Amino acid sequence: MPMVNLSIIILVLPLISFVFQMFFGRRLEGKKGEWISISLVLVTLLLAIIMFASMLFDYQPDFRQEAQFTWLNLGSFQLEMGILVDNITIIMLLVVAIISGLVHIYSVEYMKGDVRYSRYFGFLGIFTFSMYGITVANNLFMIYCFWELVGLSSYLLIGHWWEKKSAADAGKKAFIVNRIGDIGMFMGLLIVATVAGTFNYELLFERIGNGAWAAGVGGLFGGVDPSTLLTWAGVLIFMGAIGKSAQFPLHVWLPDAMEGPTPVSALIHAATMVAAGVYLTVRIFPMLTPDAMSFIALIGGFTAFFAATIAITQNDIKKVLAYSTVSQLGYMIMALGTGAYVAGFFHLVTHAMFKGLLFLASGSVIHMMHHSLHKLGDHETDAQDMRNMGGLRTKMPITYTVFLIASLSISGIPLFSGFLSKDAILAGTWAYAAHIHDGWLAQAHLGWLLPFFGFSAALITAFYMFRLIFMTFHGEPKNKAVFDNMHEAPKLITVPIMVLGALSTWIFFTLPSFNPLGGEGWFQHLVEQAKSVVPVGAFDAETFAHGLHAAHYPAMYTSLIVAGLGIGLAVLIYLLREIDPEKIATRLGVLYRGSLNKWYMDEIYLHGIIRPFLKGCGAVATFDMEIYDHYVIDGVGRRVKSLATGTGVADDLVVDGAVNLFGIIFQWLGWTLKFVQTGKIQNYLIYVLIGVLMVYLINVF
Amino acid sequence: MNALSSYLILSALLFSLGLYTVITRKNAVAILMGIELILNAANVNFIAFSKFVTHDVEGHLMAVFIIMLAAAEAAVALAIILNLYNDHGNINVDEANALKR
Amino acid sequence: MGEVIFWVIWALVAVSAMIVAFSKNLVYSVFSLLATFVGVAGIYIFLNADFLAVTQIVIYVGGILVLLVFGIMLTNRIVVARITQSSLQRTTGLVVVGAIFLVLVLTMLEQPWPLAESAAEFDSTVDKIGRLLFGDYLILFEVASVLLLGALIGAATLARKES
Repeated sequence: MPMVNLSIIILVLPLISFVFQMFFGRRLEGKKGEWISISLVLVTLLLAIIMFASMLFDYQPDFRQEAQFTWLNLGSFQLEMGILVDNITIIMLLVVAIISGLVHIYSVEYMKGDVRYSRYFGFLGIFTFSMYGITVANNLFMIYCFWELVGLSSYLLIGHWWEKKSAADAGKKAFIVNRIGDIGMFMGLLIVATVAGTFNYELLFERIGNGAWAAGVGGLFGGVDPSTLLTWAGVLIFMGAIGKSAQFPLHVWLPDAMEGPTPVSALIHAATMVAAGVYLTVRIFPMLTPDAMSFIALIGGFTAFFAATIAITQNDIKKVLAYSTVSQLGYMIMALGTGAYVAGFFHLVTHAMFKGLLFLASGSVIHMMHHSLHKLGDHETDAQDMRNMGGLRTKMPITYTVFLIASLSISGIPLFSGFLSKDAILAGTWAYAAHIHDGWLAQAHLGWLLPFFGFSAALITAFYMFRLIFMTFHGEPKNKAVFDNMHEAPKLITVPIMVLGALSTWIFFTLPSFNPLGGEGWFQHLVEQAKSVVPVGAFDAETFAHGLHAAHYPAMYTSLIVAGLGIGLAVLIYLLREIDPEKIATRLGVLYRGSLNKWYMDEIYLHGIIRPFLKGCGAVATFDMEIYDHYVIDGVGRRVKSLATGTGVADDLVVDGAVNLFGIIFQWLGWTLKFVQTGKIQNYLIYVLIGVLMVYLINVF
Repeated sequence: MNALSSYLILSALLFSLGLYTVITRKNAVAILMGIELILNAANVNFIAFSKFVTHDVEGHLMAVFIIMLAAAEAAVALAIILNLYNDHGNINVDEANALKR
Repeated sequence: MGEVIFWVIWALVAVSAMIVAFSKNLVYSVFSLLATFVGVAGIYIFLNADFLAVTQIVIYVGGILVLLVFGIMLTNRIVVARITQSSLQRTTGLVVVGAIFLVLVLTMLEQPWPLAESAAEFDSTVDKIGRLLFGDYLILFEVASVLLLGALIGAATLARKES
């Protein structure tokens, strides 16, 4: 069967699951109704594995199948819907299917007894559906449709417990912040539509490459330099990714979104939805000009560093992971911006595994904390606060082991998947800084900022991940009673995290080679650097590839040293307690408070944007009420009033007289006709028949 | 008088009598009978035309569908009549004149 | 001979329909309706519509008429031997309907129908109707079945005593 057909089946099955849960889910609650959704998603996983396996057997880097139909024919412009299957699609489908399948299974236990249990599974279904849609789309318009669907389903899932005000607010916040990015994306799409006249990737890239883009610039954009316009289009579409992938300055929604159930956090905010932004950037990569790439790289690099600094001081276990997600997404975006296309997408895949794992494992801890607290009748203690944990390694050995694996992976330690991709990204930034001279970032001699951001974020990442492990799993338990009631999570929770734990090791990503230091494997063979189609001053991929080769080992050693430093520091402070964290905190007063309060981003938005906006609204309203209404409207009113008095006299005598006459006539008519209104249908029927006869008579004579 | 006219006059007669029944009867079941007469008149027309004018059986098909509609309509109408009877104690339509108010 | 039988049936339909319309006794009305239906079925036979004649008898006589009789039985106290019915607006009705009848007949007679040279003689219409029903009119046929189902459920719901 062609891959396209398989991918259509994959696309439709979760939608069936959604529809099923919406219509019949309620009746099947407690009767294993959720397993229908789960089996549908597992079928998509199976199909994705089949596609993946046939891709491996094929081993063609430029494999590509496309199918489409015209959805709307608007004369000269046609909107098309279509499916594009290439190696990137297949890998992404598999990632989404794995995470979604495991999250489905995991949720059975985690969400047990929830008020809207079946609805939850329905929303998981529609989320999976829209994510598949983004993955298989062959044009920007279709991706935009599913993009909004992802936004909607994330709103539904984050606000799943909407009785809690914070959860409802978080859902709204995610939705609104995403909208801001989407406006940019929409404008970008409009530019693409007007200038290139198509949304299809291949056609679009072809038109950019063969000069049709330059020829299409005109009308509204008359006089604009085509390559400047291309930069704008790229940057604007990338704004969508800023929103969805939680990049600075639109990252604020992601940490709040942790209000949703933890499996949802794993599904949406770690592995798939936020990956949509990265995936979009991967897809539009060929049309990015060096200037646009500079912008993307800077945003990504800054986000990676910035979010990491916040993660250090957070005490809520999920908040730490949330900021770490933002930081890792920054890495991917930065990689794409520096031209390390393969590395960026590679990190998306490995990160999906270990971050999904981190969230699910933390969910396991939180779940058991809840149980323990519930048993003690304690509803005050925060089950997510790491300060209430400690020493859990003996109680939850499986969770501890997989958590450790994931942390080693995210910190970039050899033998784990994160090392492979992170190292490739860091080497990419190094090569970019050393060898690339295109784009304003390099021209302004700021290229070395990127490796700086990258390596310091790596140091901080290693540090805060191990801080999290030591605070949660090592040391003395903070609350003896809670600790005594803790035990390992049930099988439905541990099995998914063990699967993800296995997938976080290097071996799955380097085959057919077994070298844990990586660099070569099926991934690097099957995913090739997309060729830039920018006609003027295209990104110099060749120089970059040479630079990448040269930077591989230095970057690797540096990143190992940096990661070791980070872990060592965490060991000193939180495991051996040689250094008192409190003292550092007071020593670094301003920095500590800034980090703890997320660099006051929410407050800046509140005071810098929302409040002034509301104030502006108030001012406009005041102007409207006080000045406009008072002088203009009322002024006109007074003039009109005096005029009206004059006409009123004439009106009373002449006009009213005529009106009254008509009134009397109609009153009489109404009095007469009221006898016709009997309420009996048969009377009315006779009137109708008389009418028919009259029509006949009129026609005849 | 040609053959077609005899059928048309019969159908006109059936139609008029049906109409008269619908207009004058108070009893809801009687009104229903009038409606059946009207439908029969239409059927006779359809079939007469299909024999004398169009020469095919499509008119027959229409008649089949009309009979089917009549069956559905009779079932629903009788259900309504039963409800009316439960509410009013009789089925005189002139007493069901809520439209007046 | 056929001509005579035709006119006898014609008269039967006309007279029984008049009884339906004018009789004071509801039960007489219903039974003359039976005669009307059977007569119309006879007319169908003269029109070579064998399938419809059978359908007419099965559905009208066997189904709808029984429904009507049930309707009368269920809504009148059975102890009253003569189930009478009163009428309203008889004169107006008679005048208006008479006028409509005249209009209809005049129109029908004046209209120059595009008559074929000879009337069609079908051997059997069943085959043709069947092919059309499951060919060109398949969707209509399926929709009709759904409609019937809907009517069935609707009637059952409406007639059910509220519990």
